[in-house]
Amino acid sequence: MIWWLLFFEFFKIGLFALGGGLVTIPFLFDLSAKYGWFSSQELFDMIAISESSPGPIGVNMATYVGFKTLGILGGIVATAGLVLPSVIIVIIVAKVLEKYRQSNTFENLMYSIHPAAIAMILYAGIELGKMVLISPMLIGIGIIFWGAIHFIKLHPIVYIVLGGIIGVILKL
Amino acid sequence: MIFKLFAAFFKIGMFMFGGGSAIIPLLQAELVERKKWLSEKEIMDYYSIGQCTPGIIAVNVSTFTGYKLGGIRGSVAATLGIIMPSLIIITLIASLINLFLDNQYVIHAFTGIRVAVAALIADVVLSMGRKNIKDEYQFAIFVVVAALMLTLSLSPVWVICGAGALGLILRRGKTA
Repeated sequence: MIWWLLFFEFFKIGLFALGGGLVTIPFLFDLSAKYGWFSSQELFDMIAISESSPGPIGVNMATYVGFKTLGILGGIVATAGLVLPSVIIVIIVAKVLEKYRQSNTFENLMYSIHPAAIAMILYAGIELGKMVLISPMLIGIGIIFWGAIHFIKLHPIVYIVLGGIIGVILKL
Repeated sequence: MIFKLFAAFFKIGMFMFGGGSAIIPLLQAELVERKKWLSEKEIMDYYSIGQCTPGIIAVNVSTFTGYKLGGIRGSVAATLGIIMPSLIIITLIASLINLFLDNQYVIHAFTGIRVAVAALIADVVLSMGRKNIKDEYQFAIFVVVAALMLTLSLSPVWVICGAGALGLILRRGKTA
């Protein structure tokens, strides 16, 4: 039963997560609260590892969550669930391409969904931040990190590795 | 062709780091310049469609490209190719990491990493917001959804459906 549930939950994410891999964060946060397959702390580690390993972030996170929940086969089941809606929908869209792209209704749909998706990432970020930024020192480091990310704009891997190094040096 | 597609996308999955747009330079180098399977314009078309269809952008672009080059079988081959490196590498990392999680240094490192990830998420919200929130209507949706989530923590599925329905009703006949 849990196999089917894992597949179904990721099928739902594949169907409703519009945008990049990071749009899956609010969905994964919801999964952790609903089923307790993994903790919110673990979600952070999954995001960090998914951003620093090769492959699309969303696929990496699905594999990771699936693996955490049910081992190697779990990783395969979750990933299959995530990509199946894409494969079906993209094939259909490819067939009716021109008509679909110029549809005004479709544009309006996306016009309204994008800000909602961003608000959900904000919410998940705030909830996750509450668990991690638990001392004035950690908040301070977080703000410095954000400034560096925003103004210097290096690849996320750089900041993740730096976070690890700072953690060890300062014994966070 | 089917196997060639799988191999080409396996290679792309192996070398891409990050979210959806990270696939573009790799597609360009591998499929446009080296293999000459596609034109640059076709890639941009697939990318813009991949952004609007549900699911992971990089997967959508791969499925789309595979379909164009090899029909339904081609799309399945390209999709399997792009996800295979993730499956292998993440499974390896996830199983190895369990061995080190009790180590003091690893614990300190991960506390620092989590802070960095929190900052990365904050920046994603900011940069996506700047790109996608263009007028009062979109800003209103952003504020209302954020407020609803913080007070009620709704399921993301309902939020997407609700925002979509609102768009269809309020923006009927308008152009985005």
